[in-house]
Amino acid sequence: MTATVTVPQRNSALKRRLRRVVLFVASLLLVAVLWEVYKAIGPADGGKIFGWKLLPRSNDNAMPHIWEMLSRYADPELRGSSREIWRVVLAGAWFSFRLALAGFVIGTTLGLLLAILMARFKVAERGILPYLVVSQTVPLIALAPLVVSWGGKLEIFGWEWPRWLSASVLGGFLAFFPVAVGGLRGLTSPPAASVELMNSYAASWTQTLFKLRFPSAVPFIVPALKLAASSAVIGVVVAEISTGLKGGIGRLIIEYAREATSDPAKVFTAVFGAALLGLAMSGFVTLADIFMMRNRPKEATT
Amino acid sequence: MSAVEIRNVGKIFNAGSSNQVDALVDVDLSIASGEFVSLIGPSGCGKSTLLRLVANLLEPTSGDIVVNGKSPKQARLDQDYGMAFQQSGLFDWRTVAKNIELPLELKGWDKAKRRERALEMLELVKLADFAEHFPWQLSGGMQQRVAIARALAVHPQLLLMDEPFGALDEMTREHMQGELLSICRRTGSTVIFVTHSIPEAVYLSNRVVVMSPRPGRITKIVDVNIEGERTDATRDNAAFFAGITAVREALRGVEMTAHVRGIEDR
Repeated sequence: MTATVTVPQRNSALKRRLRRVVLFVASLLLVAVLWEVYKAIGPADGGKIFGWKLLPRSNDNAMPHIWEMLSRYADPELRGSSREIWRVVLAGAWFSFRLALAGFVIGTTLGLLLAILMARFKVAERGILPYLVVSQTVPLIALAPLVVSWGGKLEIFGWEWPRWLSASVLGGFLAFFPVAVGGLRGLTSPPAASVELMNSYAASWTQTLFKLRFPSAVPFIVPALKLAASSAVIGVVVAEISTGLKGGIGRLIIEYAREATSDPAKVFTAVFGAALLGLAMSGFVTLADIFMMRNRPKEATT
Repeated sequence: MSAVEIRNVGKIFNAGSSNQVDALVDVDLSIASGEFVSLIGPSGCGKSTLLRLVANLLEPTSGDIVVNGKSPKQARLDQDYGMAFQQSGLFDWRTVAKNIELPLELKGWDKAKRRERALEMLELVKLADFAEHFPWQLSGGMQQRVAIARALAVHPQLLLMDEPFGALDEMTREHMQGELLSICRRTGSTVIFVTHSIPEAVYLSNRVVVMSPRPGRITKIVDVNIEGERTDATRDNAAFFAGITAVREALRGVEMTAHVRGIEDR
């Protein structure tokens, strides 16, 4: 019975995933076509609509051809250098990916701890939650130099605070928020009857946390993790730029942007690298999603 | 020895505030070991509250409750009772067997022993083939059977049930009533059963406790005198109809207000 039920499900799931990939590729192509079409028909030096300067410039400096961007990957990064740009961009994306992953782990851990604390004590929720909301209104750029200078002064048993950790901490600073809020909602989501059931078993608070609240929170935490992953990427890239950390994709974007007038296609190679980094992070979380939701009713996974 | 002794129990919610509710007043009830007792009455008569007081999920405002010769709190800590609710309350992320193992897990039983007991319980509710299924793959009736198996997993002397069949269709419901009685015959459990349905109460019970709202209290206790084992044929029995009539009359005596949706002649 089970075999006949699950096999068609698997098949349709595979088809759905395949269709998603096809749609993704098609949407990329569509964007490329729109880019080139606008470049062909748009005004070279920008244009006005009803006196408002709305139409962007379409000259080769502002909008290089797609094929120029792609072919740029095969060229060396600097004249006379032997390293092609794709190697540099890939290395930068990998560097930033590791920082973002560390930031994601820091943020998720902190977010979950805060969620547990707030779910446990109503007072903590009232005391902490407003600060969490306020914390997200502080511009990251303002915070970055502070974190770097605090980190620079830290030394724990001979272990020195590495510079990259400041960028990860800033990524974590953006990532923890959705996890804390989603986690709190999830941990308090079990119906009263389920909590009553655990009470009738004389279960302790910790037992209820691990056997009931955490599993109930999973459908809330999974989308929060997706948000946290992209926030961690943004945080790390911005932190790299504002703390001047070398080696990551954020730094490459800034460096290449300076050459925009002489080599306009170059900066786009780094921008696509950042997009790849975001995709890698969200792919990583999607794997976690599939793993955590594998035994759940299908309605809940949508 | 009586399984449950309720003496002069009162329960007031929000005492002293403007929305004070006298949920229960002066409730006296003694339930013998092995007895099947139903609590019936309109919404707000305090029947679920009374069940929760016995389960120690609520504390009485006044009076005493003794469960298995102990305080309700001790009885809860010792897992002397099993409980089932209207919503089966199964955990979606656990297989059927793992759901039944939950109370045993919390008591610290080892894995092999837990599994053995869970399979024994599944045998009892005739779901042995579904141990590795997830609850959402089962029908409502099957889920409720799993919930009963979970309530019975610790082999409790006492079973507390709050409208366990309330969400089921009529056919499944009658079938489940028969199943419950046969389980009780085998385990010898004492049952306190909250219901809205008169036929259900009469079919299952030795005694039907009729309650009335505002304030919640016991208005009448109807003895059901059906001879012999109860089967589907019992539903055509004169004694069964006599019981239904007696309960209905007792309920009619209950003051009818705007909120009588609770009573359904099922």
